[in-house]
Amino acid sequence: MVEPAHLSLHVPEPAVRPGGEPDFSNVKIAKAGAVPRPPVDAAAEDIRDLAYSIIRVLNRDGEAVGPWAGLLTDDELRNGLRHMMTLRAFDARMLMAQRQGKTSFYMQHLGEEAVSCAFRKALQKGDMNFPTYRQAGLLIADDYPMVEMMNQIFSNEADPLRGRQLPIMYSSREHGFFTISGNLATQYVQAVGWAMASAIKNDSRIAAAWIGDGSTAESDFHSALVFASTYRAPVVLNVVNNQWAISTFQGIARGGSGTFAARGLGFGIPALRVDGNDYLAVYAVACWAAERARRNLGPTLVEYVTYRVGAHSTSDDPSAYRPKTESEAWPLGDPVLRLKKHLIVRGAWSEERHVQAEAEIMDEVITAQRKAEEHGTLHAGGKPSVRDIFEGVYAEMPPHLRRQRQQAGY
Amino acid sequence: MARMTMIEAVRSAMDVSMERDDDVVVFGEDVGYFGGVFRCTQGLQAKYGKTRCFDTPINESGIVGAAIGMAAYGLKPCVEIQFADYMYPAYDQLTQEAARIRYRSNGDFTCPIVVRMPTGGGIFGGQTHSQSPEALFTHVCGLKVVVPSNPYDAKGLLTAAIADPDPVIFLEPKRLYNGPFDGHHDRPVTPWSRHDLGEVPEGYYTIPIGKADIRREGSAVTVVTYGTMVHVALAAAEETGIDAEVIDLRSLMPLDLDTIVKSVAKTGRCVVVHEATLTSGFGGEIAALVQEHCFYHLEAPVMRVAGWDTPYPHAQEWDYFPGPARVGRALIDVMEA
Repeated sequence: MVEPAHLSLHVPEPAVRPGGEPDFSNVKIAKAGAVPRPPVDAAAEDIRDLAYSIIRVLNRDGEAVGPWAGLLTDDELRNGLRHMMTLRAFDARMLMAQRQGKTSFYMQHLGEEAVSCAFRKALQKGDMNFPTYRQAGLLIADDYPMVEMMNQIFSNEADPLRGRQLPIMYSSREHGFFTISGNLATQYVQAVGWAMASAIKNDSRIAAAWIGDGSTAESDFHSALVFASTYRAPVVLNVVNNQWAISTFQGIARGGSGTFAARGLGFGIPALRVDGNDYLAVYAVACWAAERARRNLGPTLVEYVTYRVGAHSTSDDPSAYRPKTESEAWPLGDPVLRLKKHLIVRGAWSEERHVQAEAEIMDEVITAQRKAEEHGTLHAGGKPSVRDIFEGVYAEMPPHLRRQRQQAGY
Repeated sequence: MARMTMIEAVRSAMDVSMERDDDVVVFGEDVGYFGGVFRCTQGLQAKYGKTRCFDTPINESGIVGAAIGMAAYGLKPCVEIQFADYMYPAYDQLTQEAARIRYRSNGDFTCPIVVRMPTGGGIFGGQTHSQSPEALFTHVCGLKVVVPSNPYDAKGLLTAAIADPDPVIFLEPKRLYNGPFDGHHDRPVTPWSRHDLGEVPEGYYTIPIGKADIRREGSAVTVVTYGTMVHVALAAAEETGIDAEVIDLRSLMPLDLDTIVKSVAKTGRCVVVHEATLTSGFGGEIAALVQEHCFYHLEAPVMRVAGWDTPYPHAQEWDYFPGPARVGRALIDVMEA
C-alpha cells in the first residue's frame, strides 16, 4: 500500500454543469413492481434493501404493477390527477403574478406535485403535517380554498395571516397544515413532538414531518430522528429528494450515505425509498407508513426521489448551475403525464377529457385569482392594517407594544 | 404554609400544575427517574408516570422543538435545559419558532411552553455553568422572560408561567437554590428555612408575570435588579447605610416599567445591577428607559453594575461576580454624583 504524501479534501461535484449533457446514468432505478411490500410491522433491519431501492408502481407502459399497486379507484385517481393539475396551474398563475409585481415572491412545485398531493390522501382528518414551503399540494388535495392561498400570497386585506408572513408560508390548523417557517428543518422535530403528544394522550391521530434533501444536513433532522426513534413516535418522516438545494446538488448533503432513506436505518427507523413522480407509489408508501404510525408501531422514514424542474424560487436562475435540459432527461419523468397515461391505459381517461380538464382547472384558478385580487395585491388595493403589526406577538398586548402601536399612529 | 428551598418551590410548582392540568408534561435531560441534576423534578415521574415526566436524549434543540410540537397539539410542556449555558443549540427553536408561532400563524397555532434553565454564577461554575443569557431572550419579540429571587416567587411565577398562553423562559438562579446569597462568599450560607420568603403555600397560587416587587423601600436611590443580585443589593444598602429602594423585577419581559419610573421619580437616582456582562446587557435597556421616562427627575447619571465583558472565569470567581462591595461603591458614587 502506498502512503499518501499529503491529505486532500474531497468536495463532491454534480456529474454535469451548465453546457454539459445531462447524465443520470448512475441513478439506479428499480423496475416498477420489483420491490416487495413488507408487512407494516416489519423491523428496520429486516427491510434494509428498501432504503436503497425505489418502490415504483407505474411501468413504462403506464400500467400499475407489483405488490404496491391496486389501492386506488378510478375516481380517486382522477381526483389525484386533478389535484396535481390544479397545483401546476396555480403555480403557473402565481409565478406570473410575481413577475407582474402582484407579490414579492413565489416558489413552484413543478415536477413534485405527486408527493404532497398523493400523501395528503393517505392521512385522515385531524392528522397534522409539518410541511416545508414546497408542499402546497397538501392544501390543494384537502380542498383548502385557493382564494385563501392567494390572499396570503398577495398579502392583501383578506390575508389570513394579516400580511405578516412571506408569500406561501401558509398556516391552517383546520386542514392539518402547520404554520410554515423560513427556518429550515425546525418543523421536523416539532412534528415528532406533536406525534409524541398524540401518543401521550392515547389519541389516534398521527403527524407527518417534511424536509428537503438539502435540509437533512440541519441538526434538527438528527434531533427529529433520535426523538422519533427513542419514543417510537407516531410520525411519518418525509424526505423530498428533488436533487437540488438551491444551487447545491444533493451529494453535498448526502455525503457518503448511499441514500437519504438509509439515514433512518442507523436510528432503527424503517426506511423506504419511493418514486416521487409516481402518484400510485407515493400513495401506497404513505398509506404503509401512516398505518404503521396509527397502529403504534412507530416512525417511518420515506425518501421521495423526484426532481425540482422549476427554479428554486422566483429569486433563482438554475441555468447558472445546472444544464437547462436536465429536467427533460430526468428518468422518472413527469408525475402528471405518468398518471394521465395510466388513467388512459385503464380506460378511465382520454386525451380529450385531459384537454378539457386543463381548461376547466385554469378557469377555476383564474376565477380564484380574480376574487383574491378584489381584496388587493402587494402594492395595490386593500392592505392589512398597520394595527396588525402589533397584534398577536403575545396573547395579550404588553404595555411596551401598546406604546409603540400608539407611536405608529394606531 | 411550608418551609421550602427554591428547589422544593420549583418542584412544588410543577407538582401542583401537573395535578391541576393533565396537559402539563415535564421533560429534559436527567429529569425523569433521577429527578434532575438539581433535584427540581424529584418524585414527579413516580407520581405522574413516565409519559408525564421523562428523560430525553441530550439534544436541546430536540427538547425545545418537541415541546413546541406538543404545544401545537394542545399540551403544556414545561421543559428543562440543564444549564442556561447550554441553551444555544435550542436558540433557533426558541427565537425563530416558539417566539413567533402565534404571530406568524395569526393565532392559528400557539406555543404555551415553559423552558426552565438554571442560570447565573457564584458557584465556581466556570465558563459554561455560570452564564446569564437573559438579554439574548429579552431581545426576542414574543418570548416572556422571568427570573425569581426566592422560593415564594419561584413557585408563584412558575405556576403562572405554566398557565401562560405564550412561551416563557424561566431562569432559575442556581446560586439561590438552597439559600439566599448576598455575595459574601466568605460567610456560611443561611438556608431558606430561616428566611421569610422560604415560607411557601403548599397548594396552587400564582404571581402575575410582568409585576415587579419592591424588596426594600428607600428614598435615596433606586436599585433595579433581579435574581441573585437582589440579595447583593440589599446587603450593599445595609452595609453602606444608603437608603436604597431595591426593586426586584421578577419579570424582564414584560417589564413593570411603572414601578421603576415611580421609584426613580421619587429617589432621583438609579443603579441597575445584574450578573450578566455589561455591553448590550439588559441593564442597558433599563438605563435607556429610565433616561427616557425620568430625565427631569434624575439628579445623577444612571449607573450600571454588571459582570465584566469577559467570559465567566473560574479561579477569579469573586473578582468577576458583582458582589456587595462593587454594588456598594456604585451606591456611594451615585449619591456623590
